[in-house]
Amino acid sequence: MALVWKIIIIIVYLGVVGFLGFLGWKRTKSAEDFMLGGRKIHPAVMALSYGATFISTSAIVGFGGFAGLFGMSLLWLTFLNIFLGVFIAFIFFGKRTRRIGRNLNAHTFPEFLGKRFKSKFIQKFAGIIIFVFMPFYTAAVMIGVSRILEAGLGLNYNLALIIFAVIVAAYVIFGGIKGVMYSDAFQGSLMLVGMVALLVIVYTQLGGIAPAHQALTDMGQNSAVLEQVKAPPGFTGWTSMPEWFSMNWMIVVTSIIAGVGIGVLAQPQLAVRFMTVKSDKELNRAIPIGGVFILLMTGVAFVVGALSNVLFFQKGGEIAAVASGGVDKIIPNFLNTFTSPWFVTIFLVILMAAGMSTISSQFHTMGTAVGRDIITPSKKSPKKSMIFSRIGVLIAIVVTVILAYLLPTVWDGAIAIATGLFFGLCGSAFLPMFIGALYSKKLTKIAAVSGFVSGFAASIIWMVLFHAKEASVFGLVGAITGGEAQTVVGNMIVQNLDPLFVALPISVIVTLVVQAITKKKQLPQELIDQSFAGVGKKK
Amino acid sequence: MLGMGDFSIFLVYILCIASALACVIYGIINWNKGGETEE
Repeated sequence: MALVWKIIIIIVYLGVVGFLGFLGWKRTKSAEDFMLGGRKIHPAVMALSYGATFISTSAIVGFGGFAGLFGMSLLWLTFLNIFLGVFIAFIFFGKRTRRIGRNLNAHTFPEFLGKRFKSKFIQKFAGIIIFVFMPFYTAAVMIGVSRILEAGLGLNYNLALIIFAVIVAAYVIFGGIKGVMYSDAFQGSLMLVGMVALLVIVYTQLGGIAPAHQALTDMGQNSAVLEQVKAPPGFTGWTSMPEWFSMNWMIVVTSIIAGVGIGVLAQPQLAVRFMTVKSDKELNRAIPIGGVFILLMTGVAFVVGALSNVLFFQKGGEIAAVASGGVDKIIPNFLNTFTSPWFVTIFLVILMAAGMSTISSQFHTMGTAVGRDIITPSKKSPKKSMIFSRIGVLIAIVVTVILAYLLPTVWDGAIAIATGLFFGLCGSAFLPMFIGALYSKKLTKIAAVSGFVSGFAASIIWMVLFHAKEASVFGLVGAITGGEAQTVVGNMIVQNLDPLFVALPISVIVTLVVQAITKKKQLPQELIDQSFAGVGKKK
Repeated sequence: MLGMGDFSIFLVYILCIASALACVIYGIINWNKGGETEE
C-alpha cells in the first residue's frame, strides 16, 4: 500500500513538471525564447530557478553526508554560497552580465565571452569545455537521483537512470529554458518546504537549538566516540574547525569550502540566468529569494547532517557514518530511521526535484553549447541554432547516461568528486576572463585568451599529476611508475590541495603579465562602447 | 555560546543568517530601483 502511495505522489509530481514543460513549449517561438526565455522571466521564477539549479541532490545528500563526517565547519560553504553565490554574484556580476549580454545580443555564457573579446576561439573552446566536462557533473547528480529512486521505490538502478533521463529530456528539448525555469520554480518551492520541515523535525527531536548543539559538542569531547570517527587526520569534533593544514583541513577548506564556494561565480548554467530578465529591477527582487533559499538548502542540509550524529548515537551508540555504512548514505538512512514513512515519501520527491532542476539546466547549457557556440549559426537561418541545440541536448543526455553507468565503478564517492571537478575547472578557466569582461575596458583579447587557456591547462595538469583524488583515477603517474606512486609529489598538503588553488592564481598572473605586454593591442573602441553602453547607469 | 562549540562555528552560524538577511534588506531597499533605461 505504501508503495502505491509513493507511486501516486511521484506521478502527480511528474504530471505538474510535464505540464510546466508543455507550457514552456507553447511559449517558445524563437531561438531567444529557447535560450533566454525572451529575456522576460519573472524575478521570483529566476531566483528560484537559480537556487534550484545551484542546489542539487549532491548538495543535500552528498555534502549533507560530508557534514555528518566533518561537522559544522562545512557551514563556511553555506556562508560563501550566500555571500558570493547570491549577494556578490547578483549585484556585482549579474547586473553587468545582463546589460553587456543584452548589448552584445549574447544568448549563452560562451557567446557572451566570445563576443565581448571578439574571439570565436573563446566562444568555441568554452563551448567545448562545457560539452566535454559538464557531463561529469551532470552524471554525478544523476547518480544521486537514481540511487534515491533505487532505495525509495526498489527500482533497478539502471532502469531508474533511463526513466529519469527520458523524463528530463522531454521537457528540456521541447520546453527550452522556459520549460526548465518554470519547473525549476515549482521544484525549488517544494525543496524550500521540505527542508524547513526537516530542520523543525531535527531540532524538535533534540529538544531545541541549544540542547541539540550542546549534545553534539559534548560528543566531540568524548574519547570513546572519537574512536569511531574515520575522518581524515586533523578531526577535532563536529563543532570545531579541523587542525590547521591537517589532511582534514585541506579537504574541508580547500576542496569543499573554497573549491565549490569560489567556483560558483563562473558557472555557465548560472551566469546565463542573469540574461533572462529584462532589467536590474528583476535582479534586485530576486536577491532576497536567492539568499533565503540557499540558507535553507545548504544550511539545513549541513546542520542536519552534523546533528544526525547525536540521534544515531542516542539510538544505537554509533556515530552517523558508522551507523549508515558510508557518507553518502547518512541522509537517506537518517530519513528512514528518524522520520515517519509519509515524510520519507515526500522527501523522496523533494530530492528528485533537487536533482531534476539541476540536471535540466545542465542539459540545456550543454545543448546550447552545441547549437550556439560550437556550431555557430548563420545569420540567415537563426532557427537552425534551436534545432542544433535540441540535437546537442540529445547527445549530452546519451553521454551523461553512459557516464552515470561507468563513474560508480571507478570512483567511490563519485558524486562529490565529479561535482568539485567541474566547479573548480570553471572557476580556474572562466573566472579571471569573466571579471575582466565585466569590469575592464582595457583587457586585451590576447590577455583574456592566455588567462583562459592557462587556467584550464593548469587545472587539468594538477588533476592528472598532483591531486590525489583525481590522479589516482586517471592513473597516468601510476602507469609510468609501475604503480609505485599515484601522484608526482608525495607531500600530503600537495596531494590534497584543490586544483583551483593552483590554477586560478596561474590564470590571474598570466592574464596580468600578457596584458602588460600587449596593452597597446586594444579591442576596437566601438566594441567597448557597444559592450558598456548603459553599464553603471542608474535609473 | 548556545552550545555551539568553537567560536568559529558560532560565528559562521550567525554569518549565514546575517548574509541571508543582508540579501533580504538589499532587495527591499532596491525593490523599485533599476528598471529598464535606451533599453
